[in-house]
Amino acid sequence: MNLNFQTSPAHYRHWQLTFEGDIATLAMNVDGAGGLFEHYELKLNSYDLGVDIELADALERIVFEHPEVRCVVVTGGIDKVFCAGANINMLSTSTHAWKVNFCKYTNETRLYIEDYSENSGKRFLAALNGTASGGGYELALACDKIILVDDRNSAVSFPELPLLGVLPGTGGLTRIVDKRKIRRDLCDAFSAVAEGIKGKRAVEWDLVDATAPLSRWEESVSTMAREMADEVPDRSACKGIELTPIEVTETDAGLAWKYVTVTFEETPSGPGRMAQLTLDLPAEVGPTDAAAIHAEGADWWIFRMFRELNLALLDLRIKHPETGLVMTRVVGDPAVAMGIDAVLANPGADWFIHEVRHYLKRMLKRYENSAKSLYAVMDEGTAFVGTFYELALAGDRQYLLNDPEVPVTVGITEANAGWFPMANGLTRLQTRFLGAPERADEALAKAGLLDAETANELGLATFAPDDIDWEDELRLAIEERVSFSPDGLTGMEANLRFAGPETMETKIFGRLSAWQNWIFQRPNAAGERGALKCYGTPQAPEFDFMRT
Amino acid sequence: MAGIDYSQKIPNNVDLKSDRRLQRALEAWQPEYIDWWRSVGPTDFNENEIYLRTAVSVEKDGWAHFDYVKMPDYRWGIFLTPQEPGRTIGFGDHFGKEAWDQVPGEHRNSLRRLIVTQADTEPASVEQQRLLGHTAPSLYDMRNLFQVNVEEGRHLWAMVYLLQAYFGRDGREEADELLQRRSGNADHPRILGTFNEPCEDWLAFFCFTMFTDRDGKFQLLALAESAFTPLARSCQFMLTEEAHHMFVGQTGVGRVIQRTCEVMNEHPDSCPSEHGAIPLELIQRYINFWVSSSNDLYGGEVSSNAANFFRSGLKGRAWEQKREDHLALEGHYTMDIFENGGFTSTEVPLRNAMNEVLRDDYIADNQKGIVYWNKVTAKAGIDFQFRLPDRRFRRRVGMFAGHPFDLDGQLVTQEQWDAKAPEWLPSTEDKDFVKSLMQPVREQGKYASWIAPPAKGLNGQPVEFEYVKL
Repeated sequence: MNLNFQTSPAHYRHWQLTFEGDIATLAMNVDGAGGLFEHYELKLNSYDLGVDIELADALERIVFEHPEVRCVVVTGGIDKVFCAGANINMLSTSTHAWKVNFCKYTNETRLYIEDYSENSGKRFLAALNGTASGGGYELALACDKIILVDDRNSAVSFPELPLLGVLPGTGGLTRIVDKRKIRRDLCDAFSAVAEGIKGKRAVEWDLVDATAPLSRWEESVSTMAREMADEVPDRSACKGIELTPIEVTETDAGLAWKYVTVTFEETPSGPGRMAQLTLDLPAEVGPTDAAAIHAEGADWWIFRMFRELNLALLDLRIKHPETGLVMTRVVGDPAVAMGIDAVLANPGADWFIHEVRHYLKRMLKRYENSAKSLYAVMDEGTAFVGTFYELALAGDRQYLLNDPEVPVTVGITEANAGWFPMANGLTRLQTRFLGAPERADEALAKAGLLDAETANELGLATFAPDDIDWEDELRLAIEERVSFSPDGLTGMEANLRFAGPETMETKIFGRLSAWQNWIFQRPNAAGERGALKCYGTPQAPEFDFMRT
Repeated sequence: MAGIDYSQKIPNNVDLKSDRRLQRALEAWQPEYIDWWRSVGPTDFNENEIYLRTAVSVEKDGWAHFDYVKMPDYRWGIFLTPQEPGRTIGFGDHFGKEAWDQVPGEHRNSLRRLIVTQADTEPASVEQQRLLGHTAPSLYDMRNLFQVNVEEGRHLWAMVYLLQAYFGRDGREEADELLQRRSGNADHPRILGTFNEPCEDWLAFFCFTMFTDRDGKFQLLALAESAFTPLARSCQFMLTEEAHHMFVGQTGVGRVIQRTCEVMNEHPDSCPSEHGAIPLELIQRYINFWVSSSNDLYGGEVSSNAANFFRSGLKGRAWEQKREDHLALEGHYTMDIFENGGFTSTEVPLRNAMNEVLRDDYIADNQKGIVYWNKVTAKAGIDFQFRLPDRRFRRRVGMFAGHPFDLDGQLVTQEQWDAKAPEWLPSTEDKDFVKSLMQPVREQGKYASWIAPPAKGLNGQPVEFEYVKL
């Protein structure tokens, strides 16, 4: 397997990205032999993680390199097929951990589509030139509008239950009822018909927004795309920022980028069970005006640092399942952390700064949506301030060195007041102090740099040992954590991290974990005669009909 | 490291002065400990010179240095048996691997609980015995009481050292709480039931040191095997002191029996109680009470906690080295499991039966004391046999808890049990009678009417030695 989380259009094997004025077209044309593993063929525009990495890259490039784009048409690049969803052979032969990581990644990408629509001035049109089944229809559901070719054959469908004995794993069931708000009895009927629903009835049931006959297909798609593009402000004067590749250095101890390093460490439970994740702040805040920031482009440090963080997180998740605990430190001058928030504070003035802030938001979510225990280590030399304090809040615990002889600075800025909403729609401070909202206000009222004692009094740390206890408390915390059941921890953390209201996003991840991951483990799906295993073989599945 | 550093505020052989954190923690705890000693330790006598032994070194002979000392000036400190190089883990899943000098985070909470539970018994017994100095039957016995008290105090120090040295803030909080719980207190009692029982007379004191301190011995033996070396070393040293406490109990009860036998021989036709001695049946009732109460201290017969402690190397069996199978994975312990009013013979996985294994060793050790006492009666020509009550008798913990078992371990009806209880357990009248005998005797060489003098004095001193300067 050659898994690289970075790619670029020149290297795409599965997508064609074209631009025409303010309309971009992203056509899926999966190279059957281009899967990450050799033992399956990506037939009929079915996808694996490699295909989705290209999709995520393309979307990100549309946002940063093509600010002028106002509508993105997502369509199929092969005849009569939009997308057949996740590749079944890949699913039936993958480890459970791989399936979970794959689903998590694809879900994040779908949610990014919705985020770009909401916050980045893009509209997404799913132009279903052929059948969209399973994950294919789920991709369409993440778009703002869906148009389906009416060739008396192409349909949208969720064949997961009838054919595979599993569920659509990319939020499809949630989106049909929660986003499109389709009647649930109709959704039930739809989800039980393997061949799906086409044409007029698909429109009647609101599974798609429109259909168009083959003869008027291209015309209909471009009219609809034009209308959607016109809904959002014109950014034709904006010049894009090229997303240049990021080099990584593999060291004996781990991975090192320019600002982010990951070091794997030995614990009593085994090697690599713990990783140190360090974000190194530059010595200076750097450019503060938009022109200078544009000149730096993808090398603007705050952007680059979080792009590196993204790569580090994906690496930790997918290549290092044995690493259960991540100890995160932000190292540098607190004034620099404070300073960058002042630069980020005025995004209205500049599209790029605006987009960077939303990028940071998505990476903070990716961080807290990782199945790792996340501890912030706030000791001497660290700068958990504002945006960077969000990283501490996103984790499970905050260890703060509180000693009169060792200065440690923490800081609250405007960034903590709403720049980075969580999946639950609340800020991390609001979520932290769910039962005492005044405490979140109290912390915000103290905006600025805080010494450890004040930070501790404000409730910004979990444990605040002094210098004498520090080392041992940390050692014990690490050793205890890595000794627990990794499954139990993942479940506990996910339960505790997302307190407060449900949103479509929390439902998608919560239900994926609760239902899909349960079904994936059950003999009815994954057993020798389970539906997932039997699909495509001459054997019919055999079910244990006892309801659980 | 064998020498004890007495130049320090807190005598120790753990190089305390180079550990800033620990020194600060212990020096903060020390005044609270002295306050505790003065408020709930032995009443009065704190200004008297007492002939006590103090450890001056952890070498073979160094732990028994005798001299006059006032109790609050006793050099409480931290003494660990010398480090044995290359120590390996003696049992459980980590058998044969390098022993731990630090608490593994994985086992932190379990180890802390084990240490706190052991530690809690030490100050508890001092509290239970605080009034006894006033009614001591001789200076010799008074001195023994205080010796036991200061050493229980030192054992608390040993455990507090572990808590403060290895368990961070949690450990310090636990150390503070050890001084806040009180034996018999309704709101914040000591952790284990037996340590909340009043110990108001000297027969109870001797039974306590014989049977309850013997539980301590076996708990320490099991903890002395721990993979966590500092705990093992602490417990090994505590065991040297614990032996004296059981000596006080065994010979104490023996001397009471001896005195009763003498009175019975002098007055064969009347009850010894009429002559200021304690009837043998009454002594047996005290034994029944304290043995059954102490049996509870080993916990449930089948225990997943015990299995976890053994598996992870935290708490072993007594004399683990003398055993053959240190993994105890394959073996079983055949036990008659009592449920729904009947017994089923069951093969319990050995690790889950570790509490019972330790209780077996304890019972066998108790039996030796019984044999010793029966020799006292036999030698006096008195036809009376002391006995241990069966382990099922009057239990409050484990599968027999709350069920009416007689002294032989036979299930009887509650009515039968209630009817027999006055024969089995000390009644209010028994205790009142014993209490009536508790008149202080403070003249050198004199002993109360209900107890014989010891066969010999302490540390080569005569029995009439001035063990306490009043």
